[in-house]
Amino acid sequence: MEVQEVIKNLKSQIIEQLNLEEVKPENIDANAPLFGDGLGLDSIDALELIVLLEKNYGVKIKDPKEAKAIFASVQTMADYVVANSK
Amino acid sequence: MSVFLGANNIISPLGYTSAENFSALLKENIALQKHSFIFSETAVCCSIVAEAELDKRFSEIDKSKEFTHLEKLCILSINDVVKQSGLDLADKNNLLILSTTKGNIDILENKYPHISQQRAYLPEFSKTIGNFFKCKNTPIIVSNACISGLLAMIIAKRFIENNTYKNIIVCGGDIVSEFTLSGFRSFNALSEEPCKPFDKNRVGINLGEAAASILLSKDPISNIIISSGASANDANHISGPSRTGDGLYQAITETFKNAGKNKVDFISAHGTATEYNDEMEAVAFSRSELNTIPLNSLKGYYGHTLGAAGVLESIISIRSLTENKLIKSAGFETVGTSQEMNIIKEHEQKVLQSCLKTASGFGGCNAAAIFEKI
Amino acid sequence: MEAVMLLLFLKRYKLETSITSYCKIKNNTVVVNDKQYFKGTESDELSAFLGALYKQMDLSYPKFFKMDKLCKLGTLATELVIRNNIDLDNVPKNEIALVFSNNSSSLESDRNHANSISDKENYFPSPSVFVYTLPNIVIGEIAIKHKITGENAFFVSGKFDADLMHNYSSILLQNSAISTVICGWVNVDGNSSEAFVYCIKNLNFKQENNVFQKQHNLQQLYSL
Repeated sequence: MEVQEVIKNLKSQIIEQLNLEEVKPENIDANAPLFGDGLGLDSIDALELIVLLEKNYGVKIKDPKEAKAIFASVQTMADYVVANSK
Repeated sequence: MSVFLGANNIISPLGYTSAENFSALLKENIALQKHSFIFSETAVCCSIVAEAELDKRFSEIDKSKEFTHLEKLCILSINDVVKQSGLDLADKNNLLILSTTKGNIDILENKYPHISQQRAYLPEFSKTIGNFFKCKNTPIIVSNACISGLLAMIIAKRFIENNTYKNIIVCGGDIVSEFTLSGFRSFNALSEEPCKPFDKNRVGINLGEAAASILLSKDPISNIIISSGASANDANHISGPSRTGDGLYQAITETFKNAGKNKVDFISAHGTATEYNDEMEAVAFSRSELNTIPLNSLKGYYGHTLGAAGVLESIISIRSLTENKLIKSAGFETVGTSQEMNIIKEHEQKVLQSCLKTASGFGGCNAAAIFEKI
Repeated sequence: MEAVMLLLFLKRYKLETSITSYCKIKNNTVVVNDKQYFKGTESDELSAFLGALYKQMDLSYPKFFKMDKLCKLGTLATELVIRNNIDLDNVPKNEIALVFSNNSSSLESDRNHANSISDKENYFPSPSVFVYTLPNIVIGEIAIKHKITGENAFFVSGKFDADLMHNYSSILLQNSAISTVICGWVNVDGNSSEAFVYCIKNLNFKQENNVFQKQHNLQQLYSL
């Protein structure tokens, strides 16, 4: 899997899964923070992202404490997916 | 007008009466055990009322197989209160209030091929129970997340004070189901071991099932009253507890104001043992200047019994008042909140006059009530 | 004696409180304070209708898109009740109670969650679905949107119970720190949905252009 391809897919999957109706994939900066000021995501969204990775990429986050670093940006998520998917 | 708290019952793995439950707590028995489920690779720590014993007890009052697990729990529990008090629910002055979050949710899991799917609707659940007791007034259902039980008692008090009804039985009940377990698991909120409310090593909740019922009356049927109660909303997040404890603080403040008091002898907290809930409560108690008062959470014995929790924990607190015994907070060793707390570490015999019961839940809701000896 | 009884009845059910604004949403039609506010395309399903209503209301509230249908319906109906009320802006938020009811609890989201766990090979319970499997979440959403922090209660009953709703709101208005109750019936079940949300205050609240003074028999208003 190519990181760039994963980034592209993740952007639309995040919009769909998190119901970000008013956000377009091209408006998401892969390096911008997902939480906090970025897309205004909250704790339920974080849990939903864990499900998204498992459902779409078969990637499990075993220790929820890792989630914060993995979900820093779309780039960090894609890096994690590429490194951990079989 | 005073509203008195009378006959009551708890059905849980620790017993089929309030007395059995209270004496089990005195022996430090806990209802939480590891159970295996088809849907889970690992055992799940929760508290479940064994079906065989429940059926045996239920067959003593009704032989038909027309009832769900939750209906059997609730009917048996209400029946005990009716028996103890002699209350006639067919009388127009008397009301039944049911408190539940999920009702017969296991119907969606097709657990009962012989029972209509309609019973997944709460009004059908309540009709079934209402018919059993030939209730004159359609039972009222309160479904307000984890504060349901305590809120139902506060609502009952208000109806009695307003002379809408003279006597009200409040019954809280919820079951452990794959539905709720899978949901809380998706929240990463379940603890694999018995939970540890307010402890620094707490990692999450356990779910439990129970039914608990209590009679509230305008007549002096006991020497314990519900002095006041209030609810409030955090207006902050639908699932995340408020960092400032605003809603709980507001509910507590209002409750003390209405009771004309500024202290109680102990607190029965919500204490689910998730990191953020317990911290939120600690902040709210500290803001209310109540954090030196002895406090327990009963979740370490029963797990979180959802719609039953408020009623069950109120009944245990009332027993504590009657028997002058503080119940230790199971699972607790070291304070794990940012605020100082006085968690009850051992059972203690002590003259007790009054207590504060609190609850908080999803949707940002919070409730508080004061029970008092007169 | 009969006159006294009648007076008591009127006192209890009609005279003490007044409805200061209301909103009804049914059959893709929105009525606010006796006037039709919006009519959606008849064939639209609930989600599409609620999306169109959201646009019509010119709301900018991204959280709306995360809600389940019950919460969307309740949030929009309440928004219209609040927008079309005369003096809610001046009421402290801790004096406003939210009292809601319905028949189907959160069954719509319950079914979604149950479906997500019915196939063991494709077992992905979703936290953002599960969080809506409680009926009072609609109260939470409304509280968050408007920063309302007063009393809460969610009742479930077979049909809209005007007596219960009126009685409990009156108790709150009389006895506690509550001056205003926003209450109503918000139900979503399969293809059927309905919202009737209103704001109720003590009668001493009088205002020339309060059009509902004379018409606050709840059951009547609900059945219009």
